[in-house]
Amino acid sequence: MKNYEKLIFEVSKAGRTACSLPACDVPEPDASSMIPEAMRQSGEVELPEVSEVDVVRHYTLLSNKNYGVDTGFYPLGSCTMKYNPKINEDMAALPGFTGMHPYQPAGTAQGSLQLMYELGEMLSEIGGMAQFSLQPAAGAHGELAGLMIMKAYHASRGEQKRNKIIVPDSAHGTNPASAAVAGFEIIEIKSDEKGAVDIESLKAVLSDETAGLMLTNPSTLGLFEKNIKEIADLVHEAGGLLYYDGANMNAIMGMARPGDMGFDVVHFNLHKTFSTPHGGGGPGSGPVGVARQLVEFLPVPVIEKAGDQYVLNYDKPKSIGKVKSFYGNFGVMVKAYAYILTMGAEGLTKASKMAVLNANYIKEKLKQHYYLPIDEVCKHEFVLGGLGEDLHEVSTLDVAKRLLDYGYHPPTIYFPLIVHSAIMIEPTETESLETLDRFIDVMIKIAQEARENPELLKSAPHHTPVRRLDEVKAARTPVLKWEQ
Amino acid sequence: MKTIEGLFYSKDHEWVRVEGSKAYVGITDYAQHALGDIVYVELPEAGASMKQDETFGSVESVKAASDMILPVSGTITEVNDAVTEDPALVNQDAFENWMLIVEMSDPTELEHLMNAVAYKEFCGEEA
Repeated sequence: MKNYEKLIFEVSKAGRTACSLPACDVPEPDASSMIPEAMRQSGEVELPEVSEVDVVRHYTLLSNKNYGVDTGFYPLGSCTMKYNPKINEDMAALPGFTGMHPYQPAGTAQGSLQLMYELGEMLSEIGGMAQFSLQPAAGAHGELAGLMIMKAYHASRGEQKRNKIIVPDSAHGTNPASAAVAGFEIIEIKSDEKGAVDIESLKAVLSDETAGLMLTNPSTLGLFEKNIKEIADLVHEAGGLLYYDGANMNAIMGMARPGDMGFDVVHFNLHKTFSTPHGGGGPGSGPVGVARQLVEFLPVPVIEKAGDQYVLNYDKPKSIGKVKSFYGNFGVMVKAYAYILTMGAEGLTKASKMAVLNANYIKEKLKQHYYLPIDEVCKHEFVLGGLGEDLHEVSTLDVAKRLLDYGYHPPTIYFPLIVHSAIMIEPTETESLETLDRFIDVMIKIAQEARENPELLKSAPHHTPVRRLDEVKAARTPVLKWEQ
Repeated sequence: MKTIEGLFYSKDHEWVRVEGSKAYVGITDYAQHALGDIVYVELPEAGASMKQDETFGSVESVKAASDMILPVSGTITEVNDAVTEDPALVNQDAFENWMLIVEMSDPTELEHLMNAVAYKEFCGEEA
């Protein structure tokens, strides 16, 4: 059934049902009395009509086509697709958590509040920050919350004119996007040849209108920003704040802390660094942490400890307010908390060391076969520049498509933008030597195929449920709804 | 790459064709080629006044999105709806399918732009 490709509508048969509901035992109000005519559906709603077993088979067959970290190696650079330990799921499924209601009085939810309080403390320790808010539901959401905090801070000092956010040209696209949503003007600065912040370019744009600089360290090229102290001093001297995008935190846990580097605001991705499911596997979580002078601007409610009770404190007049309904994605927090307790300080440090070792191992093995623009010790990920000049007819996209034939999720490609034909590989710490070796062998084999039989790559993938997709047609003339 | 004599070129890969005080603005053949198949073009409303070096719109391909930077200051008198409706036109002929027309407020700004020969050389360096 590998080739199963039906839509649920195609399984539908008029009159078939999966369950029978009893008659309604409360008075049924007339829809027309509650919803204006113009907003009411006219005619039948065409929902699929299927039996329970058909529903189960349909979605099980579709799910068999999924590729995830539970089915194979997933070296997607910048995304930290590390294994999601099953104990996390067990903990999040405890009935005490799943049976919670967000409107429950705090006095009856002490365990959950304690967990959130302690998770915030742990993240503060890992990041070197004063306090965290767990509300943001994703990385970019954390960025937005962090930028709003920066804005509130400047406004509180009468410095509304500080409306410019500086981002390097190697930044994650979400950085300038979040800054724009938060109402800032974006100034892009060039990176040097090693993908680090170009100090002179930075100096040239700092002014009394600088709100802050957004940075990830290690950089998008997987290299530690060695000048971070000088960068922080320059930005602070200009009156700006330093924002840390935690996307690459998996490289430095237990080794270095953003707070110690001079960052004032950070966000972490629990779904990257702290092993909770990622992408389609579950909602994200992007807690935002701040330095001491910004604590009063954090979102409300703040979870505080009063004696031996945990309370939700809304009385924070300078707070930017709520950034998410209720308290954020709580189940994700339980999983991250379980992960941190499972690993301990030593385990987290070792995880980062192993992530760095694994990335360097692959890099060293592949650099004879692919173009490596920056040949030095990397952190948790590294960036290749495709197959190199002599093989320009075979593109990075072709390599990625061919990897699908060998059963691997391809690495991130064409990002960062500052490396031509980029292939960004991040193995994470949880992969064994054997897994890394198998992947390396396949990458080398693909490089050989590119020389001997380029057509094989250009027409890849050959063994997937669908062949190469027409991305241009999909973007220009998308078909967005099913029609018979 | 194709260039056309008599046009002005910016380092951001826009071209300008001058007719009196009117300037037709588009992206160069080099730019469309570098972007690949263009799938989306965003243009401003006609009537807006904009300055040289301001971002006036964006082009998106399946592999990248790029801002378009206005090479001359002035009032936008017309935008080319044909390219927003069918972005592929820009790939077919980047010089024929202009993005917008600017009523120039300061034609001396043209002096800061390149001619075809200088632009060709500029692209050679960048490549």
